[in-house]
Amino acid sequence: MKKKRLGRGVIVLLFTFLALTLSACGDPRLTTFSPNGTNAEESLYLIKLSAYIMFAVMAVVFVLLLYVIIRFRAKSDDTSIPKQVEGSTLLEFIWTAIPVIIIIFLAVITINMTFSMAQDHSEDPDAVKLEVIAHQYWWEFRYPELGIVTAQDLYIPKGKKIAATLRGDDVIHSFWVPNLTGKIDTNPGYNRDGTLQNVNRFTFDSKTTGIFLGKCAELCGPSHPLMEFKVIALEPADFEAWVAKMKEPVQVKGQTAVQGEKIFQQNCAACHAVDASDQAKRPGPNLANIGNRLTIAGYLPAETEADMRESLVKWIEEPNRYKPQNEQATVKTVVMPPFKDKLSKEEMNELIDFLLEQKQYDPANFKIGTEVK
Amino acid sequence: MATVAVRAESERKKKSMLWDYLTTVDHKKIAHLYFWTGLFYFLLGGLEALLMRTQLAFPLNTFLTGKSYNEVLTMHGTTMIFLVAMPLLFALMNAVVPLMIGARDLAFPYVNALSYWLYFFGALVMHIGFLTGNVPQGGWTGYMPLSLPEYSGFGMSYYAMGLQLSGLGTLLTGINFVATIVNMRAPGMTYMRMPLFVWTTLIASILIMFAFPPLTAGLFLMIYDQLFGGQVFNVAGGGNVILWQHLFWIFGHPEVYIVVLPAFGIFSEVIPVFSRKRLFGYPAMVVATALIAFFGFMVWVHHMFTVGLGPLANGIFAVMTTIIAVPTGIKIFNWIATMWGGKLRMTTAMHWSVGFIFTFVMGGVTGVMMALPPADYQYHDTYFIVAHFHYTLIGGTVFSIFAGAYYWWPKMFGRLLNETLGKIHFWFFFIGFHMTFFIQHFLGLWGMQRRVYTYLPGQGFDLANLVSTIGAYLMAIGVIVFAINIVYTFVKGKPAPADPWDGRTLEWATKAPVPEYNFARLPLIRGIDALWLEKMAGHKEMPVIEDYHDIHMPNSTVLPFLMSLTLAIAALGFIWKEEFNHAFLYMGIGGIVLTLLVMFFRSVIDDEGYHIPKAEIEREEMKGVSV
Amino acid sequence: MTTTHPNAMSDIEAHGHERSAEGEVQPTIELVTQEGKNKQLGVWLFIAAESVLFASFFAVYLALRHSIPNGPQPKDLFELPLVFVMTAILLTSSFTSVMAVMNMRQLKSSAMKGWLVLTWLLGFSFLLLEIYEFNHYVHMGHTFTSSAFGTAFYSLVGFHGAHVAFGLLWLMTLLLRNARREITPYTAPKVYSFSLYWHFVDLVWVFIFTIVYLMGKVG
Ligand code: HEA
Ligand code: HEA
Ligand code: HEC
Ligand code: CUA
Ligand SMILES: [Cu+2]
Repeated sequence: MKKKRLGRGVIVLLFTFLALTLSACGDPRLTTFSPNGTNAEESLYLIKLSAYIMFAVMAVVFVLLLYVIIRFRAKSDDTSIPKQVEGSTLLEFIWTAIPVIIIIFLAVITINMTFSMAQDHSEDPDAVKLEVIAHQYWWEFRYPELGIVTAQDLYIPKGKKIAATLRGDDVIHSFWVPNLTGKIDTNPGYNRDGTLQNVNRFTFDSKTTGIFLGKCAELCGPSHPLMEFKVIALEPADFEAWVAKMKEPVQVKGQTAVQGEKIFQQNCAACHAVDASDQAKRPGPNLANIGNRLTIAGYLPAETEADMRESLVKWIEEPNRYKPQNEQATVKTVVMPPFKDKLSKEEMNELIDFLLEQKQYDPANFKIGTEVK
Repeated sequence: MATVAVRAESERKKKSMLWDYLTTVDHKKIAHLYFWTGLFYFLLGGLEALLMRTQLAFPLNTFLTGKSYNEVLTMHGTTMIFLVAMPLLFALMNAVVPLMIGARDLAFPYVNALSYWLYFFGALVMHIGFLTGNVPQGGWTGYMPLSLPEYSGFGMSYYAMGLQLSGLGTLLTGINFVATIVNMRAPGMTYMRMPLFVWTTLIASILIMFAFPPLTAGLFLMIYDQLFGGQVFNVAGGGNVILWQHLFWIFGHPEVYIVVLPAFGIFSEVIPVFSRKRLFGYPAMVVATALIAFFGFMVWVHHMFTVGLGPLANGIFAVMTTIIAVPTGIKIFNWIATMWGGKLRMTTAMHWSVGFIFTFVMGGVTGVMMALPPADYQYHDTYFIVAHFHYTLIGGTVFSIFAGAYYWWPKMFGRLLNETLGKIHFWFFFIGFHMTFFIQHFLGLWGMQRRVYTYLPGQGFDLANLVSTIGAYLMAIGVIVFAINIVYTFVKGKPAPADPWDGRTLEWATKAPVPEYNFARLPLIRGIDALWLEKMAGHKEMPVIEDYHDIHMPNSTVLPFLMSLTLAIAALGFIWKEEFNHAFLYMGIGGIVLTLLVMFFRSVIDDEGYHIPKAEIEREEMKGVSV
Repeated sequence: MTTTHPNAMSDIEAHGHERSAEGEVQPTIELVTQEGKNKQLGVWLFIAAESVLFASFFAVYLALRHSIPNGPQPKDLFELPLVFVMTAILLTSSFTSVMAVMNMRQLKSSAMKGWLVLTWLLGFSFLLLEIYEFNHYVHMGHTFTSSAFGTAFYSLVGFHGAHVAFGLLWLMTLLLRNARREITPYTAPKVYSFSLYWHFVDLVWVFIFTIVYLMGKVG
């Protein structure tokens, strides 16, 4: 019978819902169910609290509904007319009052938490200052107090507050690292005096070391889904070391790499810097330490050197294939041109040898930790 | 003053069917137009959904990528909200609201036709981009500056122009229904005796009147920026990109109640009839509807919690938002109380209603969870949101449209849809629905953003997406069964009696099929559930307040069609002047001039309608007795 | 004030909705038919919606009135005497349209037409002055495309101007079509609707005058 089927369906669904919520599924570098930062912990607390209340609300409604459709179903020969009830002030009062109480309870907690999460650390000397600039379709990270510019891979010290200002360079994007913090938009815009308009400030942190996945959460064009980044939380001492290393210039050694440097200067340097202290605004990401990137262009694999090589070739030959762009004549987004026909196979190899030597340090020296990887 | 013509039946029936529908101002025919057009776009929007789900079935799939995916996504969302949900509700409103209040038509039949044609041409303009290669691709929310030509080409201009046209139509519909319900009720039909569908239509129409103008303003500014060098959202000219979001959501949030309040109204008609009980707590239902509408205007920032408006704005809007749970809860519990103690007949329409309560409550409570900013920082722009709004939009609006279609089909088309096919339709759609969207809550929480054409393998999304896609195909089977049902009913269905469900409200007191003047003699309404009261008192018909007499009817006219056509020409001209060649500017201006010309004709030519002679009406009425 | 036009009664009967409520004052001529009543309510509703539309444009203007990367500032632009004259003209035209409606209710056809023509002339001179004003601004470098302020300004004030222009077209059509006609329950609602609309357009101007011009001059 249908009502039984419906009933079973309800119970099965409710239990899967509960089971899934309680067991933290999903990728541990990503899911909001395994928070590693204060913001994410607070969010999860509220998510769970409200979810449990909602389960209770749903349970009440579903039980009543099931009871009603089983109990009060008309027999096929029954044509009698039931009592026409107009209403009941008492009952209606009850189902107004109880939700009101629930709402007040949630509202108090929410208001408190909304304000506590909005604390500003931009004047806090202990906090690491960070500028996040979102571009179609890559992330630029500037450390104004440390004088470092990087892209795609964001290094932070664990346990410290990161006081970030965020803005978009073209359209609106949204900065999201589910493990560490909820999202905040990066808005473009200038005021009359040339200062930035609608810049956002917020603070986040990581309580553990590890590598976390970050995403762009606002539709920003055809390659929006590929606008991923990584957050690497280091021990504070390691972070200090990282800062120092990033500032040291790299000496290119290999024969081919030296050749590659020339090719780079000719073809790429107009858009890319390879020096992390280069503060100029450039159309492309700063490629300092590119040899240590966890991915190429935010998502192409770079785990092993072979992966990295393959990804770099793919990317440099046909960037447009790996991050599709708009091709209408009106569209003015700065995009990396394809080098497939411009560079010979040999030149490409030399160029990549050069890029692979852009390693400021040996990552094995850093304890990224096993906490989350 | 020209004399009002008296036109005989034979003379009126000469027109071809096409011309008849092109020029009709009869609310029942306009209802058909809305219904078929809306259904067509539902199939199209559903097809777009299937394309998206197919692409998302596997990680790094290459079936529909990049820009193409964004186009399909944008057209899916825009189509479903503006070209499906609202028009299908308008179809049902047009079909039954005048009957429910004992009116011969809407207050402005001419404007009603104009509304439909504006919708028709607006939808067409929106889709012309598929021919010129510039399809809207900025999401149904059209965020700035992404929707400017320098980021998205001219696709979003088709979106803006199309919405502007159909939005104008919607605004006029809103005004029309308010005027109708306020001015045209039959004697005795006091406000507190109106069926709930009439109430929700009234309140949704008021929402339209106040919610659409901000969208209109926003779209004007969008069009200026895209096509006329405006700077409002242009960063270089000092523009502010957040302004669009405010304008859009001041409209956008009330919009979701515009599509769900009439749905609530439909269930408030269906549930009492098939429980054979009067609606529990009628006054509370009315007040709750009004409260939802009222608070609906004060919550728009809950779509913008991550924009960075600060904790104060976020906090206030969070509280305002959660308050809406209370009136909605009253409704849910009153529906259950209506069924309590009743004699439930589980017809297809009733299946949709029970399925609705079950589904909508889930969508509603996730809404309350999202109203809490610290939690929403995680949910926002993820599949959690996608799950929420499909639970409310499908579980509320689409289910209500199906319920209303099965329930009012005999009134609209004179036949009964097949109940067995109806139940197959229901179960496929219902199970498919939950399979598609339930799992999406978790996708969101696991970190999958919305509006992504693909995702990487190994991030924990693979299986859940596949499940979701399979569910979407189950829904498609359900929809196909519905289509079969419609065809089957037209081919094989038996003519329906005037009151097949043992109805309670006035529309079931009209003859089958409903004559063009609706009521030969206006009825007298003596309480809530007017028809039911008379039945209980042992009467076979509604009491009437007048004798047979000539009935004054509005003339049909092709002007609404022409006016919408010329506006569409203007809209396209203005887009093409930037997209192709500046000379199209003349086409734009020409279109406007032509529109003004049509308006000029409308006001200079006297149009006082005609009379249906009393003798003809008497003859017609003798053919069958209504109750 | 009371009217019983021969055609009025047949229209009432024809529609069947009209039930005379005993003891009530007879409605004025534009309200005797159901269509007339609908029309009046419809125009009011339309005005309500338009108010929200203008409110949105006002809000955008307020948000952007300082967003001027290039182009002159409001206080360098606006010249109050001119705007003041425009305001006076438009307010007077509202008054003349009231006179027209009052004459209409007394079935004084030619007086009504006279007042309407006067209304039209006043509205037209307002429009000319506005065109002159805009032209002046354009020469000072304040254009539709010069800045966000420019777009917001012309969107708001120009949109109002478009309403005036549309109102003039409407009025002209009314005058033309009714040139040879009497005042009837069929024609009266048309004139009445126009005058409601015209008052609304006037009222919006009062807000524009205050919010755009006076506030712009102050700072
Ligand atoms: C029909 C459409 C519809 C309806 C009815 C609703 C109803 C609600 N919506 Fe939803 N919403 C959408 C359609 C709809 N929504 C859409 C389309 C979007 C996304 C737009 C986009 O970005 O593209 C959206 C997005 C959206 C957001 C933005 C999320 C984000 O982008 O970050 C929020 C946040 O607050 C929200 C909240 C709510 C709330 C609180 C309700 C409430 O009205 C729900 C009230 C109902 C109940 C609560 C259930 C019944 C009540 C009881 C059984 C009583 C007891 C309950 C309690 C005490 C909790 N919605
Ligand atoms: C009333 C509104 C409504 C309805 C009914 C639906 C119905 C469906 N929606 Fe939609 N959806 C939205 C409103 C709606 N949606 C909105 C507003 C968005 C946001 C857009 C944005 O982000 O901008 C969205 C976004 C959206 C997404 C998110 C995409 C993304 O963020 O990347 C997804 C993904 O699964 C989805 C799926 C579906 C599915 C599977 C259905 C199914 O229910 C569809 C069922 C119907 C069918 C399956 C039809 C079957 C028809 C045939 C088989 C015949 C076809 C033949 C011919 C045309 C001749 N929708
Ligand atoms: C017109 C400017 C431009 C030129 C010239 C250019 N690039 Fe790029 N490059 C970009 C942009 C923009 C991106 C970011 C694209 C994205 O991720 O969406 C990028 C990204 C990259 C990346 C990925 C960066 C990362 O952090 O993962 C690499 C590697 C790269 N470019 C190498 C090169 C090389 C090598 C050349 C020369 C042969 C080159 N680029 C020339 C603009 C340019
Ligand atoms: Cu950047 Cu999405
Ligand atoms: Cu909302």
